Amino acid sequence: MSVRTPRTLAPVPAPPPREGAEGLLETPRERWIRRAERRGPLVVLVAVCAAATAASPSDASWSDVSTILGNNAFVWLLALGMTFVITTGGIDLSVGSLYALGGVLAARGSAHGPWLAIVLPLAVCAAWGAVQGLLVAYGGMAPFIVTLAGLLGARGLLQALTNQGSTTYLVPAGSWFRHLGAGTWVPVGIVAVLFAAGWVLMERTGYGATLTAIGGNQDSAVLLGLPVARAKVLVYLLSGTLAGAAGALGGARLGSGVTTIGVGYELTAIAAVVIGGTLLTGGYGTIGGTVCGVLLLAVIHHLIDRYLSQYGSAMTDAVNGAFLAVVVLAQALLERSRRR
Amino acid sequence: MTAAVIEPVDGAGAGTRDRVLDLAQRYGVYAALAVLIAVATAMNTDFMSASNWRVQLFQAAPTVLVALGMALVIGTEGVDLSVGATIALAASIIPLYIGYGPAPAIVLALLLGAAAGAVGGSMVAFAGVQPIVATLSLMIGLRGLAELLNGAAAKPVADTTILNLGEQNVAGVPLMAWIALAATGAVAYTVRRTTFGRQLVAIGDNKRASLLAGLPVRRVLVTVYVLSGVLSALAGVLIVGHGAEADPANQGLNMELSAITAVVVGGTPLAGGRVRVLGTVAGAMFMQLASAVLIQHNVPTSTTQIVEAVLICLAVYVSRERGTR
Repeated sequence: MSVRTPRTLAPVPAPPPREGAEGLLETPRERWIRRAERRGPLVVLVAVCAAATAASPSDASWSDVSTILGNNAFVWLLALGMTFVITTGGIDLSVGSLYALGGVLAARGSAHGPWLAIVLPLAVCAAWGAVQGLLVAYGGMAPFIVTLAGLLGARGLLQALTNQGSTTYLVPAGSWFRHLGAGTWVPVGIVAVLFAAGWVLMERTGYGATLTAIGGNQDSAVLLGLPVARAKVLVYLLSGTLAGAAGALGGARLGSGVTTIGVGYELTAIAAVVIGGTLLTGGYGTIGGTVCGVLLLAVIHHLIDRYLSQYGSAMTDAVNGAFLAVVVLAQALLERSRRR
Repeated sequence: MTAAVIEPVDGAGAGTRDRVLDLAQRYGVYAALAVLIAVATAMNTDFMSASNWRVQLFQAAPTVLVALGMALVIGTEGVDLSVGATIALAASIIPLYIGYGPAPAIVLALLLGAAAGAVGGSMVAFAGVQPIVATLSLMIGLRGLAELLNGAAAKPVADTTILNLGEQNVAGVPLMAWIALAATGAVAYTVRRTTFGRQLVAIGDNKRASLLAGLPVRRVLVTVYVLSGVLSALAGVLIVGHGAEADPANQGLNMELSAITAVVVGGTPLAGGRVRVLGTVAGAMFMQLASAVLIQHNVPTSTTQIVEAVLICLAVYVSRERGTR
């Protein structure tokens, strides 16, 4: 809840609701604010890409695009799962650790056959997510802390599996599991299909509506008779599973389980989701926005690599942080001017 | 304990279990600390030696400073993820300005910490951005900025004043620990005996009611984040002194996690409205000693991390809001 001046909190009768979900009783100004909130990320993305292309036409070459897409595609799945979690008003800090854990488990399982390489990480990460969901939904514990413990615990499990990182599990050279992560088209295809499925889940199913309702007002959702606790368990399970899948596919791409990977990925995922327009307070999540968010961060990263590579990742971090600050400020101010 | 806040009266339905959990939340950390020290001493007689305690205090002092600031922020129902990056920022400033003498460099580092806190606090208080996101953007941005300021590699720092801050013992106890102790006293006094402290706790308990009661909510919120930033920057200066180098890429990493853990284990509820200052210090010491004991007995770091995760979950389970689903 935002802090407002006492002036606006004076005990006057509330104005009639002018929420324009149906375009009903919505002033033109409110409509523009709503459009800016919904379409802002896409506009910024197109503007950045257009500016970059204008600055250097060779930038739009296929090799650059495939670099942007192929190398990062799997990490975007963390943002997909995070979108669902944040829609309920929760947060999942464990995804970076689960990403690394999924990669190691996939590499370890691949020694016994490609199917195990897929099933093992999915099963373990789904179970991990489910336990976190149970603690949040039935234990009444804060998601931030539960998943923080999950971040530490999953990292610890990963270290234990690899004897403190001294054992490296390799994916056998002939395994077809490797094809899942190779090239540009296969990873992008897999990620695109999952994002499409995520969009359907969010926009076209009762479950998506339940998640949104929980984030909007959990007490109301309970009183409505929605299966709140179950939905919350499932959402952390989903986030964990997607992180495990992303890790497994990343392991397939790299051909081995890398233990040091994934640190801080949860922050990038949260940043992408927030930049995409999903509200961290919960109650509104947008899959399309998250797609714009991850692409924006990837493009910014790529541009900095290209033009400011002498400053390395520090510049990327500084720019991303500033960018995120500007976006959340813009969101907060738009939200406020809409309520006025 | 003279609570500045009237303890909420439990409903008639508050059972024995809730009362036990309440006690566990309030005093559990001290009991756990006592048990840990007893067990560690029984297993290893060197544990109670002065030299070992000095090592532990050197390790724990910066965390205590950061956790004190974090406790104030969490007391207002916020959270400050930018503390680790603020440490890095303070560290990057020291070698840049040490040429002007140690005092200006330290003051500038603390001022930058205050500025970082003011930015985060303003986003929270004036724009109504959620504390997690506001400080997350700072966390990402400030560390990048610190690395840009410092260049790629760690820079050695050879100034005697700064090194003394990080390595000196006074009366056989690390100077750092005295500084942390002074900060603990100041924060405890602030929370229990000053108007500002009461306002802070009131805001954490119910922001809207505080607004309606005419409390300076925005000013208090910004001040809390500024304090957190200053304490983190101070910790950064001490860390630079202790390591004799400024390394923004690695200094202060995961400090926000350690600090939040210390605060939560110390019995401060995440929902705000109460600050347990001594509990926070005990929580920081407990986590430090626990990891030290495990390392001394050659327990792998993976187990340490899992133990830490379980401890956090336990602490939060005990301190969660009861009677809600």
